[in-house]
Amino acid sequence: MTDTAVTPERAPAVRKAAPGGARTPRRSGRRRIALPYVLLLPALLLELLVHLVPMLMGITMSFRELTQFSIGDWSAAPWAGFDNFSVAVDFNAPAGRALLKSFLTTCVFTAASVGLCWLLGTAAAVFLQENFRGRAVLRTLFLVPYALPVYAAVITWAFMFQRDNGVINHVLHDQLGIGDTPAFWLIGDNSFWALLVVSVWKGWPFAFLTVMAALQNIPREMYEAAALDGAGVWKQIRHITLPSLRPVNQVLVLVLFLWTFNDFNTPFVLFGKAAPEAADLISLHIYQSSFRTWNFGTGSAMSVLLLLFLLAVTGVYLLLTTRGRKTSRA
Amino acid sequence: MRRIRVAAAGAVTLSLVLTATACGGSGGGAGSDGDPRTLTYWASNQGASIEADKKVLRPELDKFEKETGIKVKLEVVPWSDLLNRILTATTSGQGPDVLNIGNTWSASLQSTGALLPWNAENFEAIGGKDRFVESALGSTGVRRQDPAAVPLYSMAYALYYNKKMFADAGIAQPPTTWDEVIAAGKKLSKDGRWGIGVEGSNLSNNIHQVFALGKQNGTDFFTADGKADFTSDAAVTAVKQYVDLMAVHKIVAPGNAEYAQNQSLSDFSKDRTGMVLWQSASATFASQGMNDDEWGVVPAPVLSGGPGAGAQTNSMVAGINMAVFKNTKNLDGARKFVKFMTSDEEQVVLNKAYGSIPPVMAAQQDPAFDGPALKVLRDTLATSATALPQVPEESQFETVVGTAVKELFAEAAAGRPVTTASVRAKLEAAQQQMPKK
Repeated sequence: MTDTAVTPERAPAVRKAAPGGARTPRRSGRRRIALPYVLLLPALLLELLVHLVPMLMGITMSFRELTQFSIGDWSAAPWAGFDNFSVAVDFNAPAGRALLKSFLTTCVFTAASVGLCWLLGTAAAVFLQENFRGRAVLRTLFLVPYALPVYAAVITWAFMFQRDNGVINHVLHDQLGIGDTPAFWLIGDNSFWALLVVSVWKGWPFAFLTVMAALQNIPREMYEAAALDGAGVWKQIRHITLPSLRPVNQVLVLVLFLWTFNDFNTPFVLFGKAAPEAADLISLHIYQSSFRTWNFGTGSAMSVLLLLFLLAVTGVYLLLTTRGRKTSRA
Repeated sequence: MRRIRVAAAGAVTLSLVLTATACGGSGGGAGSDGDPRTLTYWASNQGASIEADKKVLRPELDKFEKETGIKVKLEVVPWSDLLNRILTATTSGQGPDVLNIGNTWSASLQSTGALLPWNAENFEAIGGKDRFVESALGSTGVRRQDPAAVPLYSMAYALYYNKKMFADAGIAQPPTTWDEVIAAGKKLSKDGRWGIGVEGSNLSNNIHQVFALGKQNGTDFFTADGKADFTSDAAVTAVKQYVDLMAVHKIVAPGNAEYAQNQSLSDFSKDRTGMVLWQSASATFASQGMNDDEWGVVPAPVLSGGPGAGAQTNSMVAGINMAVFKNTKNLDGARKFVKFMTSDEEQVVLNKAYGSIPPVMAAQQDPAFDGPALKVLRDTLATSATALPQVPEESQFETVVGTAVKELFAEAAAGRPVTTASVRAKLEAAQQQMPKK
């Protein structure tokens, strides 16, 4: 990503030399501009093959009335126009209302999870910058959740969250004496917190890893100079660490947002086929809406709406952040 | 410059979002390759584990290969994946030649048109329709259409009780009606022990239980012409009666609301729960270290009187059917394989191994199925079990009403009241999720 942003910037340097010369430099300039696109081409082709084709099929499905009676030969399913979409966004009807509720739940959940992941990851990375005994061990240990297979890890969490035999209630209720009766974590309202804990546990090592790598690029002299000027740890973090991390954070938060908003595996493995309402994330909700009633057209329409939403958010975010970067440099 | 930035941002946006959303493609099925000497078979998970099933099936498949020269590629598919795998295979056309399906899905899968209809000619090829038990044939597809599958294993619900706990509580006779179940349950429920176990988060199990209660109250959950009818008084009563075991009578441990992995059976074998309503639980009890004389089994309860037809129904017709994918390139081999698996001899071997009842009449006469436990199941199947509604929307019914019952158990477990109005509201919401016709 940084490459694509850097390469075009070099172009003016070449162009500046151009007026003295004849046609050759201009052509080489054009070649320079084309270079990043040529380099992107293989990735783009693979992207088309792996992601775009199924996605286009999904978009086609969203305009058809695709049910159990037609999935055998879905190209013969009747066209439905925008019917599937109007079912999904009719917030007065049960399906639309449920989708809206699930969307809002997902927004709150994503904000909480991304915030906590970023906070934990950055804090841990900053603390582990100091040299001390056992640092390598801690760094490795922190990465364990990221290295574990999702399925195995979340199943373990599901066992831990069991009401009667789970270790969470054993500690909270049996040993610390919190609550009159043991709480349910996998059904009812608490399931939101259970899901958040697992999501943060699973997501923060990535933030940690990314921030740790970015910290290596901040010259130590800046801290030394700041220390000489009398800046304390907090001032150093506020005025050196965080501004230097800004470009990395912009990407990190975006990626965490997309992953969390779309997370299917965690709620599916934790709650099974029917997620409790409090933890009904949108990807699972869409899966349930299409597989529950075998109404794949409506399910596809909901997916397309989700795609449009994420495209819009990501586009606006990237435009804002790149513009911000440009003005800050100017 | 600016334009390049915008273009780059656009490209990155697109690729990021694509990576994020376009997940979920599933692997294609094995597919028949047209070789008349091979078949692909998806078996459902019947035994304690996938490995245990392979051990049971492999020798039989080898026997089939010796008889016919056809090699069967076996895959045992876990229950959690089976329906999705079948749907994927239906959509892609890349499925196995022969497969097992839960018998309650027969009508739903029949409507996709992907399964071979068992017309007279096909039944003739496997020895005739009249070899099978009538109740098992009742769960193979929509009435008056050619069946979409052939019965393979049959099961029914019965009431299992823990003899030691019954003796400790001073209960002499195992219960036969729901009132007696509740009375016994109240005597059993004390000191961390509980009356009866439920699997509150297992959607299918919830459906099986409320279906039997529905029949006893006079509803099928569907109208005669196959429309969803979840909100009738009888349906509300049936669902409330089941959830009330926890909510009102307090004879079910609240923790059972989150059970979905047969935890109630281990509670039973650890003397924590006195009764369970289950289909052929004997093998599981044995694997959990319970001797056969430590538990007893009686027919599942009814409202009053004894089990029988209609309102005296005390179980759904549970079981596994065997189906053939219509687009198989080895139809002849597939029919030979179904004939082999439903032969008298194989039926005895397989049903004995899985603790189920053969849906083939001749095989049922084998002394292996005369033990007290299996006799109760066999009698239930023969006289008082009813097939779940054979309508295309059956599979959706299992999910939406099963979820409603799960949510009601969650309410009850949290100590919130479950009222007729709250049950009706849940069932109304469930009905609204059914496809409009």
